[in-house]
Order: sequence, then C-alpha cells, then structure tokens
Amino acid sequence: MTKHQVTLTVNGSSETIDVDPRELLIHTLREKLDLTGAHIGCETSHCGACTVDLNGKSVKACTMFTVQAAGADVTTIEGIASPDGMHVLQESFREHHGLQCGYCTPGMITRAYRLLQDNPAPSEEDIRFGMAGNLCRCTGYQNIVKSIQAAAAQMNAAQEAAE
Amino acid sequence: MIPAAFEYHRPDSLAGALSVLEEHGDDARVMAGGHSLIPMMKLRMAEVPHLIDLQDVTELHGVTITDDTITIGAMTTQAELLTNNALTRAAPILKEAALQIADPQVRNCGTIGGNVANGDPGNDMPGLMQCLDASFVLAGPGGLRSSPAREYYEAAYMTAREDEEILTAIRFARPVGGYAYEKQKRKIGDYATAAAAVQIAAEGGRVTRASIAMTNLSDTPIWSKAAGDALVGSDCGTDAVEAAIAAMQADIDPTEDNRGPVEFKRHVAGVMLRRAIASAWART
Repeated sequence: MTKHQVTLTVNGSSETIDVDPRELLIHTLREKLDLTGAHIGCETSHCGACTVDLNGKSVKACTMFTVQAAGADVTTIEGIASPDGMHVLQESFREHHGLQCGYCTPGMITRAYRLLQDNPAPSEEDIRFGMAGNLCRCTGYQNIVKSIQAAAAQMNAAQEAAE
Repeated sequence: MIPAAFEYHRPDSLAGALSVLEEHGDDARVMAGGHSLIPMMKLRMAEVPHLIDLQDVTELHGVTITDDTITIGAMTTQAELLTNNALTRAAPILKEAALQIADPQVRNCGTIGGNVANGDPGNDMPGLMQCLDASFVLAGPGGLRSSPAREYYEAAYMTAREDEEILTAIRFARPVGGYAYEKQKRKIGDYATAAAAVQIAAEGGRVTRASIAMTNLSDTPIWSKAAGDALVGSDCGTDAVEAAIAAMQADIDPTEDNRGPVEFKRHVAGVMLRRAIASAWART
C-alpha cells in the first residue's frame, strides 16, 4: 500500500513522517514521535485516554488515521506544560488528588484544557458533561471535577490580575 | 487494533470523490468522521481496500436555512449541530438529539451524514430524520436524486443508497410546533436501549399533526404513522397517549441483546415515547 508523507504540527514543532494509511494518530505520536503521554486505553473511542487537541478541538487519537490529520495542529499533554513548570491543571490534579493510578490523567487534562478554553467558568454539570468522553476507573470522578473547578478558578483569577 | 492495509484517497471535490468511487466500485468506501467506519475496520468487520476521506470535499459542508427549508451538509459534525444557533432556533430537536449522541470528542468528528448514511439501527439521526420527514440528497454518476428518510432504510446497514452514490446533504421542511427526543441509554456514548423522536403541531389545544419515530427497536428506525395519527385531534390526554404507545408497539420489533430482553425494550420504548409526547406537547 502506498505510503504517505504527512506533515503536521505537534506541540508547536513541524513534523514530517512517512506513514501507511492505516497508521493511527495515537501510534504515530507514541511510536514515531516518542510522545507517550497520550495513552492507549480501550482503542474503541470510549475511554478518552488517547485524547489530544487537534485544530483546537478534543479528539480521540485512537480513532483517527494519521493521514487524516495531515496539516493539522496537534497538542498533546507534553505540549500543555510550559518550560517553567506544570500547567495549572496539572498542579491542580496533583493538589486535589484528581488521579489514582494516573493512566487516564493525560487524556483528562488534555480534554479539561480544551474544556476551559471553550468555557472558562464551567459549572459542575458543565464539567461532568464536558468530560463525559473520558473514563476513570479509580477516582469516582469527584476529585477530577474538583481539580478542574479549582484550576478554572485559579486561571480566571490570574486572568483578572493580569487585566 | 490495526485495520487491514488500504489505499487512501483525499479528493477535494464531489466529482473527484465520485470518480474514485466509480473506479474502484465495491472496493471503495467513503468516510466522513470515521467514528463508525474506523472501529469496524479495526475489528476487521469492514474491509475497505480504497478509503475515500471526504473532509476536503467542500460541497458537503455547510448549513442553509431558508424560510421553509433546512439543508444540512453531510460533513456537518454533531458538535457543529450543537453550536449553530440559527439551526437550533429553526429546528431545536436536532440539538436535543445531538446532545445525547456519544461524547464531546466523538461529536467533534462524527457527522450527521455518516450517522444517517451507514444504516446502523443504533444511530439516533435516522429516526429523527424520519420524524422530520427529511430527504437525503444522493449524488451519483447520473447526477443528484433525493431519497425520503422514511424509505431509505431497508435493513441493518442496508439502505437505498447505491454503491456508487454519496450522500451529500439532508433536507427537511422547517419543523413547526413542539418537539422532543427522549433516549434511554446505559451510559454516555452508548446506543439507545430505546429512543423516541416526536414533533407535534397544535391549534386551539388540539393536535393537528404528529410525527413519531423510534430508534434501535428494529433493524431499521421505525416511523410509526399510526402512533402519530393516534394523537391527532386529541389534547394529548392519557387515552390518546396510550393509544399512540400501543400503535408504536405494534410497529416496532426489538430483539434481545446486551441492552436487555424484548419485554424490557418494549417497556422502555413506551416510557420514552410517553415522556417525549409529554415534552413535545408542553412545548407546542
């Protein structure tokens, strides 16, 4: 089968790779670009562990061929922290114990990052609805919701302080 | 899970997509958001030697709303249905249904065209489109034709679309009156155990028109003419609603699966329809 040369922007840097059409985005990220933050969980687009940001939208990288993402701007969990330290959401998940085993956490935070971009002041219901595509089998979600609420409050306070 | 190897095509026009489809016949399949097809390819339940990605086909994008007709391009995502305020004003039942489909990430990819085209009886939009008496626009080598949603579904995954045709748009008259889409599912992202789409038009406290369609209770969506007719002329009181539910029960044919035995599905179908009628009536 014909290989395709695909160029996409990942965490701000342009990457050009040769892929078989059947190669899934999650495999390209993990195996070719060594970005192992996004996890492979269910592989059936249910669990959300593979969530990445693609052109400003959350998607499940296990259910997209890399060729489909040609030209796209992709952000993974590795692109969410800054060189200065962890992102507010990452700090908040640690502070509020928003994880136990941690397997779902990169997907949770990457999804929560986009959720807060779209809706900077979500209610608890907004968070639960907006995070419905990410499953956690440990926490029972309470602390995940708390972590996102706290991060939102902190980000909004920082925004106000800056203005 | 990795699908079998395939050749990838990414045409940028409808003509280009049709020509690839024509060239490869049965060996080619079009893909919209891929959230039905890719899982099937991974499970090796769908073999697609030539995959045609429709994302660059501009003719398939966009929503047009006129005074009397709504046209939705096949590549419109479920997420776009939720954020298009003009569409929500014109046909609020679409947003009510789309909110109950899958989850945010999947709605960012999954399209209305893919949802209606593939003939999966679990999908929500086919029943909704039957309720709205929508037509599907099909493009083929001979040009465009229109296929009524109420006649499109022949059996599970079997539809009126010919192999060399692409579903390009969905078109329906602006709905009037009250609406509701009620769905029972086991968890977020699941298909319906049972779901009901209802549109009711009323005048002077009486139903003038009613349309009722059910999801995942047969190997196709079920538009129940008799159920709608049972409401016409009534004030949606208990007798009329129970008559509509009885008529609906006569039209559906659920089978036992991991969502429950037949009796349970029939019970849930009745509950969903009762709720949907009450909600639609309250909104008239």
